[in-house]
Amino acid sequence: MSMGDSRSSRRHLLRATTGAAAVAALAAATGRSASARSAANQENLPPNLPEWGRALGPGVIEEPYGTPSPHEAHVVRRYVPWLTADRQASVSFTPLADLHGIITPNGLCFERHHGGYPDVPPADWRLMIHGLVERPLVFTLEDLMRMPSQSRIYFLECPANGGMEWRGAQMSGVQFTHGMIHCCEWTGVSLRTVLAETGLKPNASWALVEGGDASHLTRSLPIAKLLDDAMLAWGQNGEMLRPQQGYPVRLVVPGWEGNVWIKWVRRIELGDRPWYHRQETRNYTDLMPDGKARQFTFVNEVNSVITYPCPEKPLTGKPGFVEIKGLAWSGLGRITRVDVSVDGGDTWRTAALQEPVLPKALTRFRIPWEWQEGTGPFYLQSRAIDETGRVQPTIEALRSVRGVESIYHKNAIHTWLVEKDGTTVNVQIDA
Amino acid sequence: MRKQTILVAAAAVALAAAASAQQAPRGLDPYMPFVVPPQGNTPEAAWPVPPGLPALPARLGLGNPATAEEIAGWDISVRADGHNLPKGRGTVAEGEELYVAHCASCHGDFGEGVDRWPALIGGRGTLATDAPRRTIGSYWPYAPVVFDYIRRAMPYAAPQSLTTDEYYAITAYVLHLNELLPADATLDQDSIKTIRMPNRDGFILEARPDTPNEACMQNCRKGRPVRVTMDSRQFVPPGSGSGFSEPQ
Repeated sequence: MSMGDSRSSRRHLLRATTGAAAVAALAAATGRSASARSAANQENLPPNLPEWGRALGPGVIEEPYGTPSPHEAHVVRRYVPWLTADRQASVSFTPLADLHGIITPNGLCFERHHGGYPDVPPADWRLMIHGLVERPLVFTLEDLMRMPSQSRIYFLECPANGGMEWRGAQMSGVQFTHGMIHCCEWTGVSLRTVLAETGLKPNASWALVEGGDASHLTRSLPIAKLLDDAMLAWGQNGEMLRPQQGYPVRLVVPGWEGNVWIKWVRRIELGDRPWYHRQETRNYTDLMPDGKARQFTFVNEVNSVITYPCPEKPLTGKPGFVEIKGLAWSGLGRITRVDVSVDGGDTWRTAALQEPVLPKALTRFRIPWEWQEGTGPFYLQSRAIDETGRVQPTIEALRSVRGVESIYHKNAIHTWLVEKDGTTVNVQIDA
Repeated sequence: MRKQTILVAAAAVALAAAASAQQAPRGLDPYMPFVVPPQGNTPEAAWPVPPGLPALPARLGLGNPATAEEIAGWDISVRADGHNLPKGRGTVAEGEELYVAHCASCHGDFGEGVDRWPALIGGRGTLATDAPRRTIGSYWPYAPVVFDYIRRAMPYAAPQSLTTDEYYAITAYVLHLNELLPADATLDQDSIKTIRMPNRDGFILEARPDTPNEACMQNCRKGRPVRVTMDSRQFVPPGSGSGFSEPQ
């Protein structure tokens, strides 16, 4: 248990009026499998009048900016200390097991910083666009927000999502195997609209986009993508971007690896070739077994994972009906099909896709299952297919081509082992 | 390169793949929507503008002209071929002193790396092994980009706080640690372009899609029982235990 979890548990313990409620709060805070049914406070159950119905609660403006129920205190981002040297150049993970639908709440979106996150006063923010343009310009936030705006729902995934498991299963749950992803509604202006202000020289074929944080992170991006669906976004799920997500303005590059979604963007330089900067040579290149590294591997290919059951949400309670739920996504377009297996890939059934099914967005799938306690073990897998016909590969198929040292773009079919008692475990199996 | 052939000669193939995916300009590979120059994946040649780019919308008249002074202050980007290198110079000896003061606490006295901070040396000959080490000497392909990165992001806690000459000196020392510059060398905006990094030719372009589009539905294991190849419980119990919500 983490220090944070301990502290939130203590808070619950202080608030709880009975021992049973404390047990329930502790179970929720630790994410253990004890079900709400078994841990409930009998005094709040029928035929008794529950305690929250016998007294007034707090009024409006108790919280001017609302926060989740204290009973959801376990639904938080977590980080893995051994991955990085400090927390400034590090990553935290989205708690996928506890999310519903396809939109990630802003406060739960995974973070990836290379030099911490800056505090940028919006009045001081400037975007410079120069290089191979007709008119080098500097924009204020007000300039951008006066432009014709658009809102689009897209997933953002770090290409290292799943990258700790090229050699095998070692993470405890779905937050860590797949949590370098989130999906938000982004509001902003298309880059095409912004580049109309500066104009483009006829030989402008690439652009370098630069962040304004301490790392001044840069990536080279081809002009065709920037003029297709890239955006400069200030809005995220109905409010301004969070500081951790690039406040006040970030680049949105739908379907492409999260590293190119430059946060706190300050500069776009048009040029006639890539720059080959650190983040597209030393990092974010995919090393193959022959010692050569693939470069400019932008697309996050078709992928999926089951989020219920999962190690954080094992099967408990009365055996019988279970709805297997999960998320699928593709950087090349829409998800067209998700198949689910409970026998390690021997037999597959096609799941239902929850509308809306949007291109380059998380797509929720679900499929009914009869779970009988005491049977099994079961090996649960999902396999997504996108509108270009790409099929999510097995880990063996990926390894046979790319080896185990390419870090990025692991989109393999994932396996959860469900033991006879419902315990759900991260494993890898043969294909 | 396979991809170049597709781009130049077989646009129809890419078009079919891109048609339903709403990918940018038809005819471009959705994985690589750019045109590679005949010289290949290199910063030494201009990359052609792809055909069929969408027209820009009408101008709105927003934004203010960027002055030369404003651009000079922010345009710190040095390209791999040395484009936009600032004038300046520094010696390996000067660099050693600066390195000890600003860099060694994380990267080690000789670039070997402290704790989990990146090593700057070693690793040559390891890229094709099962324990590759990606360092400046073993992996970084272009010396001007070493300068670019050190200047834009280092020292870690105080980026862009040193002078141009000091950044040349630190770059010189780091290259010296990698046996790419002699101890008495001076590095400047011209000589840095002549350094050939060991892994200069180590990068190829995107090669996906590279796995089959197979979606068997029945009897896919053909009677083979499931064999668990790795179980995470040998490292950590199932749940949230791999991570923490407060600093450790």
